[in-house]
Amino acid sequence: MGDFWSDAEAIIHESCIKVPYSWQAGETASYFLTQLRDEGKIWGKKCPCCKKVLVPPRKSCPFCFVATDQWTEVSDEGVVESFTVVRRDTIIQPKKAPFAYALIRLDGADTGLVHVLGEVEPEAVREGMRVKAVLADDRKGSLLDIAHFKPVGS
Amino acid sequence: MDRVAIVGIGQTKHAACRKEVSYAELVYEAVTLALKDAGIGISEIDNIVTTSNDFWDGRTISCMATGDVSGGYDKNISCVEGDGTFGAFYGLTRILSGSYGTTLVTAYSKGSESVSSLITNAAFDPIYMRCLGLDMVSACALQARRYLSRYGISEEDCALVSVKNHGNALDNPNAQLGMKLTVKDVMNSRMIASPLKLYDISPISDGACAIVLAREDRARKITDKPVWVKGVSFCADAYLLGDRDLSECRALEKAAGAAYKMAGIRNLKKEIDLAEIYDAFSYQELLWTEGLGFCEKGEGGKLIADGATAKDGDIPVNPSGGLLGAHPVIAAGLIRIAEAALQIRGDAGAMQIKKDVRNALAHGVNGVCGQSHCVWILGQN
Repeated sequence: MGDFWSDAEAIIHESCIKVPYSWQAGETASYFLTQLRDEGKIWGKKCPCCKKVLVPPRKSCPFCFVATDQWTEVSDEGVVESFTVVRRDTIIQPKKAPFAYALIRLDGADTGLVHVLGEVEPEAVREGMRVKAVLADDRKGSLLDIAHFKPVGS
Repeated sequence: MDRVAIVGIGQTKHAACRKEVSYAELVYEAVTLALKDAGIGISEIDNIVTTSNDFWDGRTISCMATGDVSGGYDKNISCVEGDGTFGAFYGLTRILSGSYGTTLVTAYSKGSESVSSLITNAAFDPIYMRCLGLDMVSACALQARRYLSRYGISEEDCALVSVKNHGNALDNPNAQLGMKLTVKDVMNSRMIASPLKLYDISPISDGACAIVLAREDRARKITDKPVWVKGVSFCADAYLLGDRDLSECRALEKAAGAAYKMAGIRNLKKEIDLAEIYDAFSYQELLWTEGLGFCEKGEGGKLIADGATAKDGDIPVNPSGGLLGAHPVIAAGLIRIAEAALQIRGDAGAMQIKKDVRNALAHGVNGVCGQSHCVWILGQN
């Protein structure tokens, strides 16, 4: 086989897969996203068993496997629990590098929300930093209706 | 319960791009080597489990597409989507069901054919996370920061993993990235997503692996060097990153505990002679060694700094070079099983550690930031 190969041209078939898909958010995420879009409010859902407020909300608790039963509004402010400053661009990132992703614990929530940070120098981002959601001007019912989180007070 | 052994091992050379072979030819290469290693023909394989992922493969029902080259024609063939350790688990349970005497397990991917950030971004929930543009590297960077900060582990500690594993990969004839590096080289390598630098991140490789599992009666007929499956378990954590404490790996702790119990391991340090674990990123080797109980929580950095995980250390970790040496996604965990089994047989060549390997641990991961872990304890007896 090796001998054959030494003279053969390797054919590469270039292609691209693009398949339309309609993800149906379901009743729980739909309420969360419409409230974010229309009222600029962030809601979590509380588990009757472990009492955790899940943000983003789920219809069932991942820990207890019971239906969550109580909508709870949480703050648009919270704390950066972890972050990374991305130094390379990919075609899917919503911002041009360098920018920071953060895992944010909103006040009143018991789980973390991943989002992007803005209005801050990447070098100034710290764990424990307090941040606040900045709503997008044109909201479409997506998590990107929060444009980014910015440091509180900036 | 029946005893099951690994009786055949085959893997391809792993490289950034194996453009001379198609995905199917890559699998055929590994399967042929595994059967040759076992000294059997395909007719002695009772059933087959393929392991693959449709997104990495660029086709749906990808597992069926490698049926022919796994010798699946006219046979019972089934599949697992995920890491090869999970495919092997299914293959093992099929033997334990009593229906099959042997299982051929295959796993492969050709990372060179796609764009890894796009493929791994698709692992995130399409409603709540995907639009953020996260990929495996940026998500794991969030985990790395959380882990390092919580326990005061330094980036230099992580760099030691990169130095060790890239160095070990120099002895691995199938590895992609054997390199002699210094901590300074790693620290000075390009920042990709802080705190992860280029040499903290495993490459994406083209590669395949295949193993043959056999029930005891069949194993003894096939080989005089069976590698026994003594304990195996897996466990999953919550899906969304924000639901987990990323500085912990409770799923790994639970999987490892169950695997040790099944294998009758009481004193880890005395009874486990080496480990091949899923170091997709340098920090992960440290975090997983904690989850496996090789050291206390937060002591992963000290463990490597003390040389315990070096090739001549108390508990050598990844003498093959691990994923930092070569990372064909999906196949990576099955390769850990293969490398651990070769060490037990004494067939690891230049990678062979000095002490007698009675028991070895192999570990695989499925999901982002180690959502699910599969732990295997293999042994001579």
